[in-house]
Amino acid sequence: MAHEARLGWLLAFAFACVAPNFLSVSMRDVALYMLLYIVVAQSFRMITLTGDWSLGHVVTMGVGAYASALLVKKLGFSVWIAMPSAALVGALIAYILSFPLFRLKGNYFLIGSFAAGEAIRLTWFKYRDPFGGPTGILRIPAPELTVPGLGTLDFSDWSLFYYLALGFTVLCLWLMWRLERSRIGLTLNAIHWRDLLAESVGVDVRRYKTLAFVIASFFAAFAGAMFSHYLGSANPNQFGLAVMLYVLVWVIVGGTRTFAGPVIGTVLLTALSEILRVVGVDEYRPAIYGIILILTILFLPQGLESLPGRVRDWCARRKGVVPAA
Amino acid sequence: MLDLILQTCVNALYASSYTALMAVGLVLIFGVMGIINFAHGELLMVGAYVVFFLYATFGWPFPLAVAGSIVIVALIGVLMERALFKPMRGNPLGGLIMSVGALFILQVATVDIAGLGLAKNIPPAYDGSVALFGIETLTLPRQRLIVMVAATAGLVLLWLFLTRTKLGWALRACAQDPEAAALQGISLDRTALIAMVIGAAFAGGAGALLAPIVQVTPYMGHAYVVTAFIVIIVGGVGSLEGAVVASVIFTFFDTFVTTFIDGSTAAILGLLLMLVVLVVKPTGLFGSAEKA
Repeated sequence: MAHEARLGWLLAFAFACVAPNFLSVSMRDVALYMLLYIVVAQSFRMITLTGDWSLGHVVTMGVGAYASALLVKKLGFSVWIAMPSAALVGALIAYILSFPLFRLKGNYFLIGSFAAGEAIRLTWFKYRDPFGGPTGILRIPAPELTVPGLGTLDFSDWSLFYYLALGFTVLCLWLMWRLERSRIGLTLNAIHWRDLLAESVGVDVRRYKTLAFVIASFFAAFAGAMFSHYLGSANPNQFGLAVMLYVLVWVIVGGTRTFAGPVIGTVLLTALSEILRVVGVDEYRPAIYGIILILTILFLPQGLESLPGRVRDWCARRKGVVPAA
Repeated sequence: MLDLILQTCVNALYASSYTALMAVGLVLIFGVMGIINFAHGELLMVGAYVVFFLYATFGWPFPLAVAGSIVIVALIGVLMERALFKPMRGNPLGGLIMSVGALFILQVATVDIAGLGLAKNIPPAYDGSVALFGIETLTLPRQRLIVMVAATAGLVLLWLFLTRTKLGWALRACAQDPEAAALQGISLDRTALIAMVIGAAFAGGAGALLAPIVQVTPYMGHAYVVTAFIVIIVGGVGSLEGAVVASVIFTFFDTFVTTFIDGSTAAILGLLLMLVVLVVKPTGLFGSAEKA
């Protein structure tokens, strides 16, 4: 099983490495969104590990996008420094928000996080200076890198940015994977299943929840910063409720139980969106997402990642039944 | 200045009437089923579109169109409860995710049937304004007066139903303690269905009444559902009286800030107000501890 999984990740990585060679121009954007949204979806899962569902995660991503753009354009930061700084800004804002939000649980946390996110988003809408109001921030520069002997690498070139994003995504996934296997990740898991028991053996539940929330926000904000430098713009509508609900759909359809779930969900459903666009039924996408979401919850509550296991169980049961009969 | 303040009060009362319809429906659904219905704004939107078709396109009389819209949206509520929420009993997060699915489907279905295009402008069914309390400068358009009267009538009817009928008692019992209610022989499935029908009918009715006043678009539900969320949190999720009182408090706050500062400030402050209430008293102003 572990071998199969490792093989799967390696194949996916190899495929991602060669993908630019046969992608059409319109699919290039999709491939890049996919890479960055994998990070967002995976970090979203980190919050759900503790049993809480945040509806402010895409806004956190927006915080990274805005922060990075403003650091570069208003304060003259280098893009390479602005992006990690923006991720820290996202983490800091998450830390501040954690004080009111983690007084809440379950449905209350969900609505609270949604409200906090909307308040931030409305602030971008309202203040033209510095956030640019509804049009947002335009002409955000792409990163550049001067390598001695190679000259200047300009990342506004798509394939260069693609490999940058690929490296970023792989690094983020690896870090989140390590984190989940660490003591922290195991504690989060304990909190999810038995929060009172964890508390009674001396785990500071609130502190660990905050930690997961802040780390997840760091990754989401970093991905958001990458977005803004790729697209060259950031506006409030890119980070609205619709996008948040899409991320929710990806994560739930993929499955939150294992690490692979959100990645599978994001890749398959983003690919499906692209197919729908090519076929020309783009306007039905939300409804198709809705139907997939409902069918998943009804028939495959653990998500797509549980499908192989279920099929294997089913086969084993059949094999077991046949000799008996 | 006094005129302006009085006029703002009247506007706030008008806004609180339809806000209360939305919030009470959400609270009823949450109370009985434990589900936060994210698609509640879309039910309002569908209600508005039904009036657009029946009244503005087919020329039905306005009250009949409103009645038709209430019936259709209530039927959608029945469908949602039976197909989506019933399999999710005891799983609040599952129910919420189901309602997100319903939200997407209702939006796309509306775009498909009615077309995206420009916002639908529906001519008012009742022209002119009435002067209130004999003050000539204090006016309310007749169409808005209808919204207030109809919403108040709906809320009073609901209150009578909940306090005077056996079925109403059963509903309140389920909201307080589903298990104890089931032990008394109350069918949870039936009360859940009734709660969903009432909630959907209220949302559809609100949308239908507002259709000639506001801009009707497939995405109009968002703003109303956000307001309703704020109201039920401030009032205490699961408290009907709280929802009504919080509707009045919140819309007064919102209308005054909108009138004297501006709309986006009002929206931001409203959300912050809700966060403060969540922190200071997570059960809301009227909520009981065990509902949290």
